[in-house]
Amino acid sequence: MTGGETNDDGVTTDTYAETRHWLLLPAWATLGIFVLLPVFIMLIYSFLTKEFRGGVVWEFNLAAYDQFFFDRGLFGDEPAKIEWTYISIFWRSIWQAGAATLMSLLIGFPTAYFIATQPEKSRPIWVFLITIPYWVNLLIRTVSMKFLLRDEGPLNDFLMNFGLIDSPFHIINTNLAVQLGLFYSYLPFMVLPIYAAVERYNFTMSEAAADLYANKLTTLRRILLPAVKPGVIAGCILVFVPSMGSFLAPDLLGGAKNFMIGSLIEEQFKGNAGNWPFGAAASMILLTMVLIILILVARHQANYVKGAS
Amino acid sequence: MANARYNIKTFTGFRHVTFLCLFILYVPLIIVTIYSFNASQSLTNWSGFSLRWYADVFVGPQSATFKSAAANSFIIAIIAATVSTLIAVLAATGMVRGGQFKLRRASYGLISLPLMVPEIVTAVATLIFFNAINFDRGMMTIIVAHTAFCIPFAYLPIQARMQGIEDTYEQAAMDLYATKRQAFTKILMPLMMPGIISGFLLAFIVSLDDFIITNFVKGAGIETLPTAIFGSIKQGMKPNIMAISTLLLGLSTVMVAISYFVSKFDNKK
Repeated sequence: MTGGETNDDGVTTDTYAETRHWLLLPAWATLGIFVLLPVFIMLIYSFLTKEFRGGVVWEFNLAAYDQFFFDRGLFGDEPAKIEWTYISIFWRSIWQAGAATLMSLLIGFPTAYFIATQPEKSRPIWVFLITIPYWVNLLIRTVSMKFLLRDEGPLNDFLMNFGLIDSPFHIINTNLAVQLGLFYSYLPFMVLPIYAAVERYNFTMSEAAADLYANKLTTLRRILLPAVKPGVIAGCILVFVPSMGSFLAPDLLGGAKNFMIGSLIEEQFKGNAGNWPFGAAASMILLTMVLIILILVARHQANYVKGAS
Repeated sequence: MANARYNIKTFTGFRHVTFLCLFILYVPLIIVTIYSFNASQSLTNWSGFSLRWYADVFVGPQSATFKSAAANSFIIAIIAATVSTLIAVLAATGMVRGGQFKLRRASYGLISLPLMVPEIVTAVATLIFFNAINFDRGMMTIIVAHTAFCIPFAYLPIQARMQGIEDTYEQAAMDLYATKRQAFTKILMPLMMPGIISGFLLAFIVSLDDFIITNFVKGAGIETLPTAIFGSIKQGMKPNIMAISTLLLGLSTVMVAISYFVSKFDNKK
């Protein structure tokens, strides 16, 4: 990790330096107009007034954020109390995403470690096996999870045939089903960055620790884990962030009771009782949370690299 | 290794967890594939091998919906993947072969923006954007949204590949009086091909798979495969969904295989 700064930057030459602005222009324009600008317009919409058939009226106010955080009674004339409905939906999303991240870490870390310590020749095959499911349509993976977990699905069939349970183990439409769905959706994202980190790890450091009579667990905890920590954090982010905003897993596996942010937002735009400013505000709150997490992690990783070199 | 008191590299149980991991990743897909060949009308009971649900996908009552959805999906994916790959090749050249410049970090941030913003937020923002400029939702809005969203997926393998190509080849060509344009088209591009193909395939798959953004920006009456499948599931799971899922699964596997062999071919050089 020392002296890697120029490499990390990825510049190899300045052959096309004088045309670089033209080369980058299409990317700037497409992403600027169709991703960055829309986010700003969404911010503006979150301060507008809702139109009842969906859409907005151009009158600025804080109604959407007010509705999110405060309860002023049915007619809006009671003293404001904290509105827990939406905060608890966000809290549930964080909790569900956290559980899925933890499950992925428990399975993903040993897998990544095992693959990274295989002979160099066979590693690509292992990585290939881990990546294939990622290429399969997320909707189809979620549907197959739904199929598998149903009360009369193959999992319950199997467990009952072997006499492990007497009546179907009810998983579908529970929090656990959503967590399993998210875990299943993003597991490869946990394995790949950890694999990359362990592969770069210099095992002579562990040998040195062993020579100094550190036992195996101590070596893992004190030497290896700190060294591969950036990979572990990257993996956790790659699972946690998409899980938090996911729509398919809670919608298909969680049922109506296990609402998450994604479903709340979707309902404002696709449902009949649409409230666009409220949906925009909820999206802004989600985006802000994600950006705060990413900035904190980036700062942590930067300090980490500084400390290591 | 000789003076290590134990094998520091291996941990008992990690191998088993790896097999468990692969088991978890593949079992649901394998089960869906098996059940897609089920002759039974019910989802649960196995009553013998049959291709009836595949026939149902192609000639059954929902076949028209699926066919037009498939056509839409492929048109959108081909256009979005082609355009985003083109944009990504140019951008990667500017970023990797363009020296240091002020906006470099900002450009990198902008390119990876769709990867950092939760997809549902991108979907909402794009819907609101088209609403604000009064642009009617339809195929065009899906294509535009997918093109922007696919850029980072096309960009990353292309950038990685370009960083791996030393500039000595281009320099040699230019020493022999090739122009910069010739060095770019005749030398750099052919060397870049494996990266470009991976980038294109990744963008293609991402577009073909996308549900959330499509669901938000599609016009009424226009369906892609994921939105058609989702709509059908909402009315109850039927075995024909297993068949169509298996077909898409096969397609994905073929595409991964192509990208794998492209990269293998790459390693031999």
